[in-house]
Amino acid sequence: MAEVLVYVDHVDGAVRKPTLELLTLARRIGEPVAVALGAGAEATAAVLAEHGAVKVLTADAPEFADYLVVPKVDALQAAYEAVSPAAVLVPSSAEGKEIAARLAVRIGSGIITDAVDLEVGDEGPVATQAAFAASFTTKSRVSKGTPVITVKPNSAPVEAAPAAGAVEALAVTFGALATGTKVVSRTPRESTGRPELTEAAIVVSGGRGVNGAENFHIIEALADSLGAAVGASRAAVDAGWYPHSNQVGQTGKSVSPQLYIASGISGAIQHRAGMQTSKTIVAINKDAEAPIFDLVDYGVVGDLFAVVPQLTEEIQARKG
Amino acid sequence: MSLRIVVCVKYVPDATGDRHFADDLTVDRDDVDGLLSELDEYAVEQALQIAEDADDAEITVLTVGPEDAKDALRKALSMGADKAIHVEDDDLHGSDVMGTSLVLAKAIEKAGYDLVITGMASTDGTMGVLPAILAERLGVPQVTLLSEVKIEDGTVTGRRDGDSASEQLEASLPALVSVTDQSGEARYPSFKGIMAAKKKPVESWDLEELEIESDEVGLEGSWTAVDSAAQRPARTAGTIVKDEGEGGKQLAEFLAGQKFI
Ligand SMILES: Cc1cc2nc3c(=O)[nH]c(=O)nc-3n(C[C@H](O)[C@H](O)[C@@H](O)COP(=O)(O)OP(=O)(O)OC[C@H]3O[C@@H](n4cnc5c(N)ncnc54)[C@H](O)[C@@H]3O)c2cc1C
Ligand SMILES: Cc1cc2nc3c(=O)[nH]c(=O)nc-3n(C[C@H](O)[C@H](O)[C@H](O)COP(=O)(O)OP(=O)(O)OC[C@H]3O[C@@H](n4cnc5c(N)ncnc54)[C@H](O)[C@@H]3O)c2cc1C
Repeated sequence: MAEVLVYVDHVDGAVRKPTLELLTLARRIGEPVAVALGAGAEATAAVLAEHGAVKVLTADAPEFADYLVVPKVDALQAAYEAVSPAAVLVPSSAEGKEIAARLAVRIGSGIITDAVDLEVGDEGPVATQAAFAASFTTKSRVSKGTPVITVKPNSAPVEAAPAAGAVEALAVTFGALATGTKVVSRTPRESTGRPELTEAAIVVSGGRGVNGAENFHIIEALADSLGAAVGASRAAVDAGWYPHSNQVGQTGKSVSPQLYIASGISGAIQHRAGMQTSKTIVAINKDAEAPIFDLVDYGVVGDLFAVVPQLTEEIQARKG
Repeated sequence: MSLRIVVCVKYVPDATGDRHFADDLTVDRDDVDGLLSELDEYAVEQALQIAEDADDAEITVLTVGPEDAKDALRKALSMGADKAIHVEDDDLHGSDVMGTSLVLAKAIEKAGYDLVITGMASTDGTMGVLPAILAERLGVPQVTLLSEVKIEDGTVTGRRDGDSASEQLEASLPALVSVTDQSGEARYPSFKGIMAAKKKPVESWDLEELEIESDEVGLEGSWTAVDSAAQRPARTAGTIVKDEGEGGKQLAEFLAGQKFI
């Protein structure tokens, strides 16, 4: 059976959920061979094996942390040459897309980004993408070279499928470009204890209607009652009410949760681009004409300062 | 010595218009107005600020696109760029990111550069990968997704706010930079700028001039193929209630019904 390379996104050995989803998709196409790089790479093997990786290729070197993107491309290319896979799958994070893109040029292959589904086709894997702020669904394939495909979070279920997951050291030689962009310093983002925005099953977002940083605790309280991640519109972010890392939309994060709750957000096209594929959409807005209501499964026309706290209280009461 | 900056800008269909695909599954450009991708305005803005801080700099804006793409170049010129290059050729129709990046790389090399600046992503394809591909093709450092950028003594430094960390980056010129919409609001063209832009040079290059064969680009030369494009069915109209004091409770009832509580 053909092998499929899966690039592993992990933090010090803790594998992030989108990678486990990739393993589910990879198993449709062939036998997943995972590539884990950097500190803690070997620690990823157990969970990768549990989810279907037949092999885990690992490498660690200071270059992975000290320089931007290219050392990881060198390593993924080494894995590609060692394995001759039928496809290369990479999570659609900002960095993942850049790694995939550079690998694709190097190996003379087409690239598809932000796939939301993958199936087997006569001429190789067929990827589903959402285009034009998710108003269109396209099916595409790579017609030259080995398909390189980046996949969005929440595109497939995480499934257990125990496999060997034998760890093998990957020999990597860094090219001249590897040390081109130095990472002079790195400030890790502080954890809020809430789920990762792109991976969360429920996202609760606030916009300009929240009217001040001091009011965002209303949104956070609702999120916490549901075990949700907190999102924000660009208007709220630009006003300095919430960090940019929580922005949902075209230039923020793209989310596709089971439930999206928008409060005080009008629903501009750029915001919709980042949340329109959510399964169930709920909005609270005092303007009955707000475009967000065109998208909703359930909408409340009303003042969020009344509706959101009442909702939070009711959820807590029901949970007992 | 003069700092040569090339800014890549894309001409895209207006996102607020009714965007759709043509019969050959490429973007339909006839039914929707085109404009300079809003995210590339940030790239032009950063180029202008870098040029203002430099002793001597020249900004060239570059686009690969159909005839109307000149509009995008004019906008960038009216913001303050010095000159423009338009790569235009019938054989470019339907190019994917590999074809487009090949043309951009050849054009940038022909123009001459110390610094290439791009937007973070286009507002139509929204792949966000062209900058990295371009750096790979040009063989220069990629200093991408910057929310802050500075050029000093032949070194580019910048801040990249990533998913899990904020990083301070550094590279030597020549280099490729991409900037996000957090890098600073783009200026509006002044009346004077608009008038001046009319006199600024816009060169037109075709594939032959760049020594690119027609089968390396366009639909035929693409390394990807789109098999189908379908409009997503409109969402079925949802339930909308007016809050009369019980809106939160009613919403909780809905969420419970959907098993979210
Ligand atoms: C809905 C849709 C889906 C697509 N899917 C794919 C796909 O899966 N695979 C694929 O290979 N191609 C795809 N394409 C084609 C691809 O988007 C374009 O070929 C291409 O111009 C590069 O991608 P981008 O515009 O998404 O660039 P991005 O990587 O998002 O653009 C980043 C920056 O590159 C610069 N830039 C991009 N294009 C140009 C240009 N023409 N002239 C000057 N500067 C430019 C701009 O500075 C821009 O801000 C798709 C196009 C559309 C409309
Ligand atoms: C290139 C580009 C990229 C962009 N990227 C993004 C992006 O990634 N994400 C994004 O979100 N935007 C993005 N935008 C901005 C986008 O166009 C909108 O400006 C933005 O989404 C508006 O945010 P908002 O809905 O919070 O604010 P507004 O549009 O001002 O809407 C506020 C809403 O709150 C309602 N409201 C006010 N008070 C209350 C109350 N007390 N109770 C209930 N409702 C209330 C109002 O009725 C209104 O509908 C981008 C724009 C551009 C040009």
